[in-house]
Amino acid sequence: MSGFEDSLLDEVDETVRIRLVVNGRKVVCEVAPRHTLVDCLRDTLELTGTHAGCEMGACGACLVQLDGRAVHSCLVFAVQADGATVNTIEGLTESGVLAELQAEFHRRNALQCGFCTPGMLVNAHELLSRVAQPSREEIRDALSGNYCRCTGYEAIIDAIDTVAKARSENGGAT
Amino acid sequence: MSAPLTSLDRPNSYIGRSVPRPNAKRLLAGRGRYVSDLRLPRMLHAAFLRSPHAHARIVAINTDEARTLEGVHLVATGGDLAKICTPWIGTLDHFKGMTSAPQLPLPLDRVVWAGQAVVAVVAESRAIAEDALELIEVDYEDLPVVVDIDSAREAGGPLVNPGSANNTCFRSQLDNGTVDDAFANAAHVVEEEFSFGRHTAVTLEPRAIVADYDPAAGMLTVHHATQTPYQFQDLYSRHYGIAEARVRVIATDIGGSFGMKLHVYHEDMAVVGLSILLGRPVKYVADRIESFVSDIHARDHRVRARMALDSRGEILAMDVLDLTSIGAFSTYPRTSVVEGNQVIRLIGAPYRFKNYRATLEVIFQNKVQTSQYRAVGHPIACAVTERLVDLAAAKLGLDPFAIRAQNVIADDAYPQTSPTGYRFEALSHQACLKRLHELMNYGALRVEQADLRKRSVYRGIGIATFVEITNPSPAFYGVGGARISSQDGAILSLTPSGEVRCLISVTEQGQGTEAIISQIVADQLGLAQEHVKVITGDTEVTPHGGATWACRGAGIGGETALQAARALKRNILEIAALILQEQPSALDIIDGEVVDAGTRNQRLPIAEIARIAYFRSDTLPPGTQAQLTVSHHFAPQGYPFAFTNGIQGCSLEVDVETGFVKLLKHFIVEDCGRVINPMLVDEQLRGGIVQGLGAALFEECRYSETGQLMNGSLADYLVPMPMEMPDIVIAHVETPTADTELGAKGVGEAGTAAASACVLNAVNDALAPFGATINAVPITPARVLKALKRF
Ligand code: FES
Ligand code: FES
Repeated sequence: MSGFEDSLLDEVDETVRIRLVVNGRKVVCEVAPRHTLVDCLRDTLELTGTHAGCEMGACGACLVQLDGRAVHSCLVFAVQADGATVNTIEGLTESGVLAELQAEFHRRNALQCGFCTPGMLVNAHELLSRVAQPSREEIRDALSGNYCRCTGYEAIIDAIDTVAKARSENGGAT
Repeated sequence: MSAPLTSLDRPNSYIGRSVPRPNAKRLLAGRGRYVSDLRLPRMLHAAFLRSPHAHARIVAINTDEARTLEGVHLVATGGDLAKICTPWIGTLDHFKGMTSAPQLPLPLDRVVWAGQAVVAVVAESRAIAEDALELIEVDYEDLPVVVDIDSAREAGGPLVNPGSANNTCFRSQLDNGTVDDAFANAAHVVEEEFSFGRHTAVTLEPRAIVADYDPAAGMLTVHHATQTPYQFQDLYSRHYGIAEARVRVIATDIGGSFGMKLHVYHEDMAVVGLSILLGRPVKYVADRIESFVSDIHARDHRVRARMALDSRGEILAMDVLDLTSIGAFSTYPRTSVVEGNQVIRLIGAPYRFKNYRATLEVIFQNKVQTSQYRAVGHPIACAVTERLVDLAAAKLGLDPFAIRAQNVIADDAYPQTSPTGYRFEALSHQACLKRLHELMNYGALRVEQADLRKRSVYRGIGIATFVEITNPSPAFYGVGGARISSQDGAILSLTPSGEVRCLISVTEQGQGTEAIISQIVADQLGLAQEHVKVITGDTEVTPHGGATWACRGAGIGGETALQAARALKRNILEIAALILQEQPSALDIIDGEVVDAGTRNQRLPIAEIARIAYFRSDTLPPGTQAQLTVSHHFAPQGYPFAFTNGIQGCSLEVDVETGFVKLLKHFIVEDCGRVINPMLVDEQLRGGIVQGLGAALFEECRYSETGQLMNGSLADYLVPMPMEMPDIVIAHVETPTADTELGAKGVGEAGTAAASACVLNAVNDALAPFGATINAVPITPARVLKALKRF
């Protein structure tokens, strides 16, 4: 074997142990330095609700909550997330924080193939926790890092708008 | 006061109702099952080494080092796969004289576009497979590259396929009437040359496939993100020599398709072969760059067209030349000439005129293949026609609405045959035009436009009438020799607990196929919708059929479901009649209960009928064979296509300093016949419009002079984002087709069909005060500034 191959092999073999709290459970993962958080979630932890559409931070399909903030899991190396708390669509669904948004997306058919949807929901959730009553323009702006190729976006805007209004009518709870 | 009862007030009336999609809940919870999510035991991963050259001879490939890398299981070149896979040729018999070179999963000695897969590596992870790619050496010898259409057409120029006489894939001409005379005698002639950029589908989930060949069983299972599992079952069976019944194709959740995922791709064919060679499951998911360089592209037309009119503004004739570049091969099995063919046949479709001549030339070049993508040919035909109509209106001093009202085929003049040979059953252009005029509040928009112009704000209003091809019959592919079904099948069973299971061949990619099929079945059988379970997308389970493409899901799939449900209902009522000692005709089903047809008095739950038939058949009269599963197939007859129509309008603003176009509002009046679920139809329209608006303003696959794709990422290739898209106002006219009981026609392409045309007309309207015109799509800021002579 040539020296080049050996060094390549070493790099590939070298994994790092990281600890995370994912969807409320402590997990330990062996990850290679080149693995991104989205790889780790999807492949190692089998949380396939988080999707990869571009792997360069453009499409928003891979959004997850990292320490409470929406981040592109394709732009974070798994090792960088060591010690962090991560919530994915699966965990956010179980905890019920997305329930109103999900119900309204369903009622309004704010999804077609559903591939962009987990990222949309994570982003919409973040928006509504920052701004209680965003205008339609603000919603459109906030979602401009989330591509959807199937819908015309309008139903998604409608659904988020409806949830925001319902919440403020119910006493502004966020 | 209560409103009069409508058919929607009947119990279990689901046809025409906006009910949410049952399967959407799963997707909302992150529980989709996309092929890219799939992991099978012992599964390996494939990656492909791609050609950096647009055209080159492969002199030598050295894979020795790659093979020794730990974790690599197989390195395969063209020759390895050619031993087990027969070549394919992307031609159809009814396109007389068309040619295309034979294709194999991986090339043997020549690459024909930059990005073509050359060598495959299968390894324990995708990352290891990619590491191995870096250890492969390929010696190439550059060959002359054919990039633009003019050089491709030059006699004696370089050839995409050395050995062929020229770069022409297909040539065809339509000539109907006395076109030259009509132009000679016309009071007005308008003329324009248009160019339409290449763009591509950009499904959010890239192409994905997991092939799993089990040598012990001789059985190939392919999990394939596609719209057309039956087509691929046939292709894998024939090209790899496996009996059809031993090939299973499963297409579960698909992350967008839009026509792009129904063509044969070299990598997908290769992955099947790699799995056969290894006897293990092999997965391949394109990454985004791979999608850009290897997914089909579409459009890429240059059209020269002129229109003759009389002094009153009646259209007399059209004369068209369409040149289209399709890449190095014609796609298989649907070919790359369908788009051009539809362009020349759909031009002028909404209008009443007799004289038409069109020439189509389909040309090869060293780029990735183009082929069918949402609204095949429609946006081009529509933009050419509608721009000429606007030019004519300007010349004659007519309003865009007025010239269309004068020339569209009258709503009471059907059936009609177009000068291009399409037979229209019944369209509603007049009604749609009228409705759009109200919907846009057209008069007020014009007043506002004039006011704003005084303040140097340049708004434009554009409209575009369209005709859409839906419900294709065997005349589409079958007659050309392609094994692509125009019929669909459904198998409906009453379960022992009185629910209904429906296996159907039309597939779901998010349009809501499963939802509308369950609506139709529940409606026809008299059940609550939640008691109908619909299963799609598995050739081992669902009956053979065409599946969902070219807007056939509702019209053909829906009719199949309707007829199957009626057959099952007859069977249920026959058994009920035996049990209840009644005539079947005296009974009906409401909410899962057999009732007296006249009084609606409840007699027996259908669950009880199922119980007796399945578990106590001894209590039924001797000789009774309870058929609680029916299987039914339906193929369209009558008109070869169910054409739909509609009209779109838009209002936008052009910033004449920067060239930026801001979309303000979009409108559509659409007639897809019977609407099964208004909410889903509207969302299909919105999605389609946004894809059309992307094409109009942003999307273009740009190539360098050496045939390199320059913008193969989502940062460089612009798809519409929420901020740039307008709200979309929708209205319907319903003209059901009389060819089916259901009366539904398709709607998936309508939005895309006219969106570019509408924007093109509106931008030109906005630029009118400057005497500037645009005739190219996408309408980029640079093109706007160039038209304004400011760039
Ligand atoms: S996959 Fe992360 S933004 Fe697209
Ligand atoms: S629903 Fe398909 S990408 Fe958004």
